[in-house]
Amino acid sequence: MGPVTSGVLQLLALVGALALLYVPLGDHMARVYSADRHLRVERWIYRAVGADPDAEMRWPAYLRGVLALSAVGVLLLYALQRAQGALPGSSGRGSVPAPGAFNTAVSFVSNTNWQAYYGEQTMGHVVQTAGLAVQNFVSAAVGMAVAVALVRGFARSSTGTLGNFWADLVRGVVRVLLPLAAVAALVLAACGVVQNFAGVHEVGQFTGGSQQWNGGAVASQEAVKLLGTNGGGYFNANSAHPFENPTPFSNLFEVFLILLVPVALTRTFGVLVGSVRQGYAVLGAMAVLWCAFTALMMWTEFAHHGPAPQAAGGAMEGKELRFGIGGSSLFAVSTTLTSTGAVDSAHSSLTGLGGGLALLGMMLGEVAPGGVGSGLYAMLVMAVLAVFLAGLMVGRTPEYLGKRIGPREIKLAALFLLVTPALVLTFTALSVALPTPPRSTLNPGAHGFTEVLYAFTSAANNNGSAFAGLNADTDWFHTTTGLAMLLGRFLPMVFVLALAGSLAGQRTVPATAGTLRTGQPLFAGLLVGAVVIVSGLTYFPALALGPLAEGLA
Amino acid sequence: MTTRTRKHEDPMPPTSPPPSSTTPPVPAPEPARTDDPPAGRPAPGVRVGAGLFAPAQLVRSLPRACRKLDPRVMVATPVMCVVWVGAVLTTGCAVAEPGDWFGWTVAGWLWLTVLFANLAEAVAEGRGKAQADTLRRAKTDSVARRLTGAGSGAGGGYGGVEERVPGAGLAVGDLVVCEAGDTVPGDGDVVEGVASVDESAITGESAPVVRESGGDRCAVTGGTRVLSDRIVVRITAKPGETFLDRMIGLVEGAARQRTPNEIALNILLASLTLVFLLACVTLPAFAAHAGTDLSLVVLVALLVCLIPTTIGALLSAIGIAGMDRLVQRNVLAVSGRAVEAAGDVSTLLLDKTGTITYGNRRAAAFTPVRGADQAELAAAAQLSSLADGTPEGRSVVALAEEAYGLPERRRDEVAGAQWVAFTARTRMSGVDVDGRKVRKGAVGSVAAWVEERGGTVPPDTDDVAGGVAGAGGTPLLVAVEDAAGARVLGVVQLKDVVKPGMRERFDELRRMGIRTVMITGDNPRTAAAVAADAGVDDFLAEATPEDKLALIRREQEGGRLVAMTGDGTNDAPALAQADVGVAMNTGTSAAKEAGNMVDLDSDPTKLIEIVAIGKQLLITRGALTTFSLANDVAKFFAIIPALFATVHPGLDRLNVMRLTSPDSAILSAVVFNALVIVVLVPLALRGVRYRPASADRMLRRNLAVYGLGGLVVPFVGIKAVDLLLSLLPGIG
Repeated sequence: MGPVTSGVLQLLALVGALALLYVPLGDHMARVYSADRHLRVERWIYRAVGADPDAEMRWPAYLRGVLALSAVGVLLLYALQRAQGALPGSSGRGSVPAPGAFNTAVSFVSNTNWQAYYGEQTMGHVVQTAGLAVQNFVSAAVGMAVAVALVRGFARSSTGTLGNFWADLVRGVVRVLLPLAAVAALVLAACGVVQNFAGVHEVGQFTGGSQQWNGGAVASQEAVKLLGTNGGGYFNANSAHPFENPTPFSNLFEVFLILLVPVALTRTFGVLVGSVRQGYAVLGAMAVLWCAFTALMMWTEFAHHGPAPQAAGGAMEGKELRFGIGGSSLFAVSTTLTSTGAVDSAHSSLTGLGGGLALLGMMLGEVAPGGVGSGLYAMLVMAVLAVFLAGLMVGRTPEYLGKRIGPREIKLAALFLLVTPALVLTFTALSVALPTPPRSTLNPGAHGFTEVLYAFTSAANNNGSAFAGLNADTDWFHTTTGLAMLLGRFLPMVFVLALAGSLAGQRTVPATAGTLRTGQPLFAGLLVGAVVIVSGLTYFPALALGPLAEGLA
Repeated sequence: MTTRTRKHEDPMPPTSPPPSSTTPPVPAPEPARTDDPPAGRPAPGVRVGAGLFAPAQLVRSLPRACRKLDPRVMVATPVMCVVWVGAVLTTGCAVAEPGDWFGWTVAGWLWLTVLFANLAEAVAEGRGKAQADTLRRAKTDSVARRLTGAGSGAGGGYGGVEERVPGAGLAVGDLVVCEAGDTVPGDGDVVEGVASVDESAITGESAPVVRESGGDRCAVTGGTRVLSDRIVVRITAKPGETFLDRMIGLVEGAARQRTPNEIALNILLASLTLVFLLACVTLPAFAAHAGTDLSLVVLVALLVCLIPTTIGALLSAIGIAGMDRLVQRNVLAVSGRAVEAAGDVSTLLLDKTGTITYGNRRAAAFTPVRGADQAELAAAAQLSSLADGTPEGRSVVALAEEAYGLPERRRDEVAGAQWVAFTARTRMSGVDVDGRKVRKGAVGSVAAWVEERGGTVPPDTDDVAGGVAGAGGTPLLVAVEDAAGARVLGVVQLKDVVKPGMRERFDELRRMGIRTVMITGDNPRTAAAVAADAGVDDFLAEATPEDKLALIRREQEGGRLVAMTGDGTNDAPALAQADVGVAMNTGTSAAKEAGNMVDLDSDPTKLIEIVAIGKQLLITRGALTTFSLANDVAKFFAIIPALFATVHPGLDRLNVMRLTSPDSAILSAVVFNALVIVVLVPLALRGVRYRPASADRMLRRNLAVYGLGGLVVPFVGIKAVDLLLSLLPGIG
């Protein structure tokens, strides 16, 4: 079996597995988020944090919950890292310096998991499990809660309320992420991913010298790293490390975990708004983008010119032999089209155009299918925009799911879409224009520019993957990427929740033959067009100077 | 729907009303005007027509366009304001480096871009201006004959001393006298008298109309002229706020406020501008990293090409032209908001009489009772109706001649006939000739007449008459008394006749997602029959003004927007409640005040056109925005290789248009960007083609034309401009 065939078969297996779980998981989440009853363990949590899980919240209250929880999360994680030297069970690792600790705290709370440190060398078991792993669950559940709040905004009529943040958060963790992660961790452990609290093993190498191998609760963290589209690896090599991702099967399984929840959330959306077709249309747009990116990625990686790629049957530099080009391409596309940022190959070593695809995937706003929750809400905001243009073209005040898209809705959608480009372009421009930061880049010219552009694109979109080569362990990059992650995560949430509040307050307009039907392939196509044109055009000049210049050379 | 038993329309056989001594000697125009489809209006299914556009208007509007270059005016349109600033900046650059032909050319074309945008707006406004001037001519400084110390006398007459005051000096509540030849000094209601009034200054309709005190025809408009008789008018509007003043303001665009959709679109355009501004502001840093410098001129050129200038330039022209299209159809909208709401309407309330059916019932069939002969019945019906000048009577004669092949007869052909006129007491009419008495009238009256004369009414008479009534018609009994005695011949079926083409229109509306509800005073049975005949979706029978209001509220609570027409004072609450309330110009001032549109032609079917115009307005905006955004793709392919191919030669592969040189590539994009505005001005003023269709079909079509067109056209256009430019010496 040739590598191309194997790549295509892996793709088909992946799509088949996702299709199998789409309805059950999507329906399950819809039930979870609309259930009246609380589990006993949930009641304990509510009592412990003093939250009333049955109080209906208007959007400012919902937002206050999101921001308060995240602020506390950042502070706790920062404190934990700063105190690591004094904590037991840290295997002798010292405290993390302030800029790095800030960056990492923000990174994990914002579901980015940008890692400007060597995972196995910097973080001990306590920080990894009590700090990072906890945020892997919580930050993912926050994203899902905000998405569900927006969906409720569409589904509800003439109320101003969006549900209860604490209930959504706790249910997301207890009833969705924890059970899924438990199963996934078992499967991964069965594949050979390590799960222990062992210290460092000194291992001799065949070529002489020695290597340090770390143990740790890797399988459990790996599962939620992918399920929650977090991406922060236990090891610096992330999913390229054999302890995190040992076999081609585990690789495919990890890609499956990345896509599972974001994909199934479109079903949840459809069920909650009372029309699964609407969910199919959003999923369709996501699928078209994902398939196009995967096809292009495989094409550019397989067909790259040059003696080395031709000898290896494709651009194998920076890729694990056990995954091959097919598995690596699937992973690279899935991780950048979601907000995961886990990697199983060096994105810096992708071909020029391949690196551009990874970059563009994030630049599109990570909507295909996007991060858990964040992918859905970003796509729905995009849909609001697409509906506005399309709605005008059918001669009515635009409506999406029975809600009128008026000046307020457009204002909030536009602000949402402005945040990331502003962060990415401003910080990238500063970083290449100021005298010191460019010294962090490993390569000159277009590739070096891509390293910086990639870093801020990844941070502002809460992806977390890195285009290796950039030394981000400097005060400048710690601070700027930290700000980009913070603003890139929470400013859009402000606008999404405000939008949800505005929609929930509206009366639902019944659909007529004159209403734009949004549960249709035509609309899905329009949505793809809007995503590509709006985001693509913003970044076109920057892309031209980075990956395009390199790829077309 | 409602089962109220109140009788709204008297079921008695319609015949001519007793002549009234107050009827003025002018043709009664209102009912007649609504009877026939107004001439010059598109037939059902035809696209909404275009406005006029002549290239000469561009030249005429040039001075206005130049005046709009004032930065205080430009600020109102963010996109064009950015272009304006860009033009100032590039001009500054060109002045600093006078030998740089490229800088001068770019600066020149940027100024042209701004000018073209202003020109589009000026042309749109100019068309309204001409109309406003005509209206102003009507608004001469009339002298009012005010009554002071006037009061309602015992006999209802108004007395008092007359004084002459300028029309501008009138206050609300003043009483003024207008006699033949006077111009009505202000809006008001006739409180005494009846007069024929020439309203051509406002409606353009030369036939005079009747205005009389009391009832629904009491409103007079300032600026119209009294042709006969004398009326006393109570002024209802302050000078400066009259209907005429409002009209002038509207057509001039002075009172133009941005509509919600326009505001939303402006926000979207402003934020897109901001995104592209960011992309351009950060570009020099990126370029410096790549080892090349970008001049300010080039950056401004790139920015102007990327921001949505096409729609930014045409947006306000589209809005003004949309209002103008209404004005051209003799509809005045109080606000642009109302026009937009018209596009969103999902329920139309239409009055049955005059809108869906002809104002009068028509004879549809003759049904003989047992023992009678069809031909005899037809002949008797014809004979009895010869002297009946009402539309119903004429329709009986016409039916007899057309459907039953009877020879044409005229009233004076019947020698020695004694015509029996209809009276409210006898409720029948007929003729006595050659010893034969023929009677036609209400079933009960004619049956009584037959029995009175010793005849018998056949038992199936009630069945036949009941069958006609059950089908929504009105039965008229025809009886004769001759040598053979008095006997019933049969029944004439009168029924409402739905205007031709209405069913197709309703089908069309249904495809557009609009539900039609017929409003009628008829009983539910009749209403149901007419509704089925016309193909409306629903009906409200025995409707009272309260029912209408309740229906509108119910629809609105379901989230639907409602449009209706009305003319009477009792329509005012419903007109005010409806999202689109079109008052007939013949209606009362209360109705006109309550609605948000006034139809000067008083044509209730125009509501359908108003909806189409509202939709067309929105479609034009959406289509041009899509076109404008799609254009950016080609501009990127023109400009980006031109900027960076020197440092990254690989990027020249993006130069898919093979443009001659970097300078000519940038210039071509700028020139195309400016010219496309001028090319699209007629489309913006006329509105894009609109045919009623489902949302899906419309979207597919508009996406194909304006989305794909917007992608492809600039590639061709920029290449063409580049070819032309390369012919100039010194380039390429």
